[in-house]
Amino acid sequence: MKLHEYQSKQIFAKYEIPIPKGRIAETADQAKHIAKELATRVVIKSQVLVGGRGKAGGIRLAKTPEQAAEMASHILAMEIKGLPVRKVLVDEAADIDSEIYLGITNDRVACKPVLMASSAGGVDIEEVARVSPEKITRVHIDPLLGLRDYQARDTAAGIDLPREHWRSFVTVARGLWQAFRDSDATLAEINPLVITSSDKLIAVDGKMLIDDNALFRQQDIADLRDLDAEEPSEVEARRYGLSYIKLEGNIGCLVNGAGLAMTTMDIIKIFGGEPANFLDIGGGASSEKVSAAFRIILQDKNVQAILINIFGGITRCDEVARGILDAIEDIKTEVPIIVRLVGTNADVGKQILHDANMITADTLSDAAQKVVAIVNGG
Amino acid sequence: MSILVNKNTRLLVQGITGNEGLFHTEQMVAYGTNVVAGVTPGKGGDWVLDGKIPVFDSVRIAVEATGANTSVIFVPARFAPDAIYEAADAGIELIVCVTEGIPVKDMMQAYSYLDQHQIRLVGPNCPGLLTPGEAKVGIIPGDISFPGHIGVVSRSGTLTYEVLYALMQEKIGVSTCVGIGGDPVNGTNFIDVLSLFEEDPQTEKIVLIGEIGGTDEERAAKFIDSSMTKPVVGFIAGQTAPPGKRMGHAGAIIEGGAGTANEKIIALQKVGVHIANFPEEIPDLLG
Repeated sequence: MKLHEYQSKQIFAKYEIPIPKGRIAETADQAKHIAKELATRVVIKSQVLVGGRGKAGGIRLAKTPEQAAEMASHILAMEIKGLPVRKVLVDEAADIDSEIYLGITNDRVACKPVLMASSAGGVDIEEVARVSPEKITRVHIDPLLGLRDYQARDTAAGIDLPREHWRSFVTVARGLWQAFRDSDATLAEINPLVITSSDKLIAVDGKMLIDDNALFRQQDIADLRDLDAEEPSEVEARRYGLSYIKLEGNIGCLVNGAGLAMTTMDIIKIFGGEPANFLDIGGGASSEKVSAAFRIILQDKNVQAILINIFGGITRCDEVARGILDAIEDIKTEVPIIVRLVGTNADVGKQILHDANMITADTLSDAAQKVVAIVNGG
Repeated sequence: MSILVNKNTRLLVQGITGNEGLFHTEQMVAYGTNVVAGVTPGKGGDWVLDGKIPVFDSVRIAVEATGANTSVIFVPARFAPDAIYEAADAGIELIVCVTEGIPVKDMMQAYSYLDQHQIRLVGPNCPGLLTPGEAKVGIIPGDISFPGHIGVVSRSGTLTYEVLYALMQEKIGVSTCVGIGGDPVNGTNFIDVLSLFEEDPQTEKIVLIGEIGGTDEERAAKFIDSSMTKPVVGFIAGQTAPPGKRMGHAGAIIEGGAGTANEKIIALQKVGVHIANFPEEIPDLLG
């Protein structure tokens, strides 16, 4: 789960990380009011859950409250990478002397969190990692011990931070680690961490990603989820315990298991088709889940055929077949459906589908070729 | 011969009285796996499966009473890390965690602890292991494979079954199949399993099934180049997966442009691994 910049910075502030004074506005009037209160130059920042806001013109400097209103009204009318801007953050503008990158993420290879810092702050850190990896200082954090202060000092030295800032840097790094740990984050990032002309450190921008698997114990954070900023069909799928991702093609996919669902998409492509979605219904294939999956797939008007691929394994295929028929009865769709079932009682399952005039397939490649032929043949 | 599990496995099931635990215990016993005990705190003294398997309150007591050396965990995600520590502290040598949805923070802590104590964990979020004809530890269907000389290692679940099924259709048997799991942090990775297969006399060739996300396949490619004499055939799922989206598995995500299927395929092809376009091509590539 992604958090907005303002939500991330509010969490950082709880851990003694200095952030700029500022508030959220949903209208130009509110932005003007906040700018007037702050009584200084402000930055108007679009709050959308994608990167590249600055390049898209979604971050602007305003010298007066009137200018703040004008820019907020402009930004609130924008769409950035397809996402409408519904909120702007109005922050006091910092006097920037220099900019640092500071972030914590999980290193999958070491199976440990890693603190990363660079003196090249304020830019795309993935670009820095690609072009000049030597500019990034990394230190692994023991998941049982946590970040030690000496590691933060070493990091400060590693990015050639002047000694007079080490103490405040350690406070920020320690706070970032605690925020990361306590929030079950998979990423906590300050970019840039600004050194102001009055020698203070301040987190001007912030980003957090939270582990979806941990939301059960992060209720406060789960409540922050901005459903407006997500694909509605993906939100609905989550409610039914389905994992769904919308794609651009016209062949709907309904599969049990994530790896097999990806493979089904890939094989459709190999035989000249385009998958309309990723959909993993998880273990088993009850008619309720299959019904919900059909509904979600069919909301996508591009879908011209559906491929169902269920590797039952221990699950009985006759039950899966009946579940599919019940679901179709329930949904009443005209879209052609190709079914491929493997597992216990697969023959009985296939016969049930045959009797109901459904198209069946024996192998995955057979199923993919049949569904592609239907779509491409008109 | 085989790797990790065999006829001598004395299996303990943590969470044996839950729906999943009980269902799969029955399947494992029917396959012939030597299931010696189950654990559900508060249900010690009960028996399951018509009095065949005794239930204990703790792993320690179960190990003392039955000599269990391997554990399979079917405990819900929020209690699973505790079950892992309990098995480790009771002297279990191999822990297999089927549970899906464990927070990554908990797994990094558990991994660190197990690493310090030199205990092997397979999973979490994995289908477990199958040594055909000897033992089934986890949820891999037993009837889609038979004993043979191909080692199978995979990050996936049903996709692994698909591959076993494709091998069986072409009358190709398997030494051991290991599902290492689809989470970003797992106890056993490709390299661990490849090195066990390399040393196993029964295994002649290996099938490696990867997917998008992380760099485990790339590291496996380096290991294959430096340390493997046995041929490896590969398959990577997720060529059509968009970046930045979690494809079901917590670990299957292309992050910051890294972890794409193409990068993995190129890395493996460079070291002589033949890559199948889809699972049914694997038997041919094994020649």
